[in-house]
Amino acid sequence: MTTELKQKEEVKPELTSAEHPATKYLREERLPHIWCSGCGLGSAVTSLTNAYEKLEIPIDDIGVVSGIGCSGRAAGYFETDSYHTTHGRAIPFATGLKLSNPEMNVTVFSGDGDLFAIGGNHFIHAARRNLDMTVICVNNYNFGMTGGQFGPTTPRGATATTSPYGNYENPFNLPDLAASAGAVYVARWTSVHARRIQQAMEDALSKKGFSFVEILSPCPTGYGRKNDLGEGIDELKSYQNRAVIKHESDPSEAEIERDPEAEIVVGNFVDIDRPTYCEVADDYLQSQ
Amino acid sequence: MSDEAMMTGKHFMNGDEACAEGALAAGCRFFAGYPITPQSEIAERMSKRMPEVGGRFIQMEDELSSIAAVLGGSWGGSRSMTATSGPGFSLMMENIGLGMMTETPCVIANIQRGSPSTGLPTAVGQGDMMQAQWGSHGDYGVIAYAPTSPQEMFDFTVKAFNKAEQYMMPVFVMADEKIGHMRERVEIDENKVEIYPRRKPEVDPDEFKPYEPDEDLVPHMASAGEGYRVHVTGLTHNQQGYPQLDVETQQEKVGRLVDKVEKNKDDIVEIETIGIEDAEVLIVSYGMAFRTAMGAYKRAREKGIKAGIVRLVTVWPFPDDRIKEFSKQVKGIVVPEINLGQMVREVERATAGNAEVKLVPHPGGGLHEPDQILESLEALL
Repeated sequence: MTTELKQKEEVKPELTSAEHPATKYLREERLPHIWCSGCGLGSAVTSLTNAYEKLEIPIDDIGVVSGIGCSGRAAGYFETDSYHTTHGRAIPFATGLKLSNPEMNVTVFSGDGDLFAIGGNHFIHAARRNLDMTVICVNNYNFGMTGGQFGPTTPRGATATTSPYGNYENPFNLPDLAASAGAVYVARWTSVHARRIQQAMEDALSKKGFSFVEILSPCPTGYGRKNDLGEGIDELKSYQNRAVIKHESDPSEAEIERDPEAEIVVGNFVDIDRPTYCEVADDYLQSQ
Repeated sequence: MSDEAMMTGKHFMNGDEACAEGALAAGCRFFAGYPITPQSEIAERMSKRMPEVGGRFIQMEDELSSIAAVLGGSWGGSRSMTATSGPGFSLMMENIGLGMMTETPCVIANIQRGSPSTGLPTAVGQGDMMQAQWGSHGDYGVIAYAPTSPQEMFDFTVKAFNKAEQYMMPVFVMADEKIGHMRERVEIDENKVEIYPRRKPEVDPDEFKPYEPDEDLVPHMASAGEGYRVHVTGLTHNQQGYPQLDVETQQEKVGRLVDKVEKNKDDIVEIETIGIEDAEVLIVSYGMAFRTAMGAYKRAREKGIKAGIVRLVTVWPFPDDRIKEFSKQVKGIVVPEINLGQMVREVERATAGNAEVKLVPHPGGGLHEPDQILESLEALL
C-alpha cells in the first residue's frame, strides 16, 4: 500500500507538467480535482481536452458550462471561459451565451441528474430548437455529490440511498430521449472507450447543431458500492464485457438494465443535418 | 416600426412598450423571456424590435431558463434583460441569486399583478416588493426602481441598465399592471439617454482577477471570448473566481455584495419630494399607488392640511436616512400600497418611533380611492 502511494506521488509531477497535452486546457492550480478514485469524470475531461486539441479550437473561443453535482465541477477545471451555474440550468445559460456571442464554441458538461432530472425540460427544448452546442452527459446512474440518491437514469431495481428497496421508477434512455427531441448527433460510450469518446466528442464539437454524447461512468462511491459492483476498475471491466457496439441502431433499443451481465448498446446513433436555431431564425428574419 | 435602436421623438405607447424601448435605447441586445400577463407587450415588442436592431430575442421554455439565458447572454457580452410578473418572478429567484453571486449585470422587469400564486393575472398589485429584496436565499444588496408612468418605464429602464452595469448586478424594474398597460405620451430624446459602459478589465489576462473590487467595491467584467478565461461560479469564491469554501471568503464575498449597494446609497437612492417644506403629515408611496396618493395630497392641501409626499423612485435600497429625517418633522406618515403591508415595514423601521406610521392597504385588483388616503392623513392630525 505504502509503495503504491509512493509511486503515485512520484508520477504526479509528470501528470501536471507543461508537457501533458491536457495542461493548456486546465487550471493547474485547481488540481488535484475533487473526484473519487475510480470515477470516470477525469477521463471524460481528458477526452474533451484531447478533442479540443485535435480540432485546434482556439482556447479563447471555448466556453464550458456546467450545472451542479460532481460533473458540475468540471467547468471549474477548464482554463477557458468557464461557467459553473445552478442545478439544471447549464443549458439555458449556455443558450444565452451562444446567442449573445455566436463565435463561441459552447460545451455543456454535466451529469445525469443535473441534465435530466431538474434540467430535463431545458434539454428537450434546446434539442428541439437545435441550438448549436455540444452537451456531454457523464451518466453515473445516481446523484453522487449528495450521497448516492436514485435519479432519472438509475436502472430499475438498483439500490440507492433513497431507493433502499430497489428503484421502482422507470429510467430515461438518454440516446433515445435526445434523438426524439431533435438532437442532430447522438452517441453513447462508456469510460473504457477512451478513444471512441474522444472521437465522438470531436464529431459532436464539429457538428453544427445540438449534439449529445453520453458517457456511462463508474461511480464506485455512490452507485457501485450500493449495488455490489466492486471498485471503479471492476465497473470498467463490467463495461468492457457488457458494451456492444451498434452504430446507427435504433436508440429506443438502448435501454440499460441493472443486471451486471446484460448487454449495453453503445455507438453513434444519430448523425443528421438540420439547420440550427440561428440559421433558421436568420433565414426567417431576412425573408421578411 | 424602426431600424433605429433609439426611437427619438414623441410617442403614444403603453408602459410595457416603453420599457422595451428604454431597454433598446440603453443598449439591450439580448432578451429571453416566457409569456406571462401583464408583461406580454414587453416580450412582443422585443420580438419585433430585436431583429431590427441586430439583437437576439428568444422565447424560452419557462422563467427558470429565461433568467439563466439572460445571465449567459450578459457573460456573452450583451446587455441583457427579461420581463415577467409575480409567478415568473418567483421562478426566477433561483438564478437571480446566481446573478447576484456572480455579479452579472442584467435587468429584470416585474410587471406586478394581484397575488399570491396565480392571483389576479390581469389586474394591478404591488405584492412582490419584499420579494424583490428578500426573494432569493442569502444576503445581497438590491437595486429596484418603481416607475409611475409609461415615460418612467422608459426612463427607469435606462437607469436600471446603467446601475446594473455600474454595480455589476441584476437590477429590478418593479412596475405593475396599471403602469404596464397605461397608455400615455412618451418622449424619447437620444441626447438625454446616457449609457454607463461595461466595466471591462483594465489589466492583462495574467493579472486579471474577475472579483477584485475597485474602491467602489465593484469588480470588472471580462466577457466570453475576450481572452481572459474567467471562471464564474455560484459557489462562494475568491477574487480569482475560484471556489473557496471558508468563512473568511464568505465574509469578504457576501459582505461586499451587501456593501456595494449599502455603501453607495448616496449614488443609488433616488426620491422625489412634494410639499415637504411645511408638511405636518406625510405620504410615503411608490409606483401606481403614488398616482392615487397625488390625488389625496391635492385634496388635503385644498382643505388646508399641510401634507407632503415622499415618493420612492428607488424602493431598494430603502432610503432609511431620508425617511428618518422627515419623520422628525411630521406628526405621522401614511403609506398606501397595493398590498397588505410591505414597504410600510421599512418606513416603520426607518422612522424609529419618531412619528406614527399608518398603512393604507389594498389587496390588489384595483386602486385606492384618494379619500381613503386623505382620511388616514386626517386621522393623524
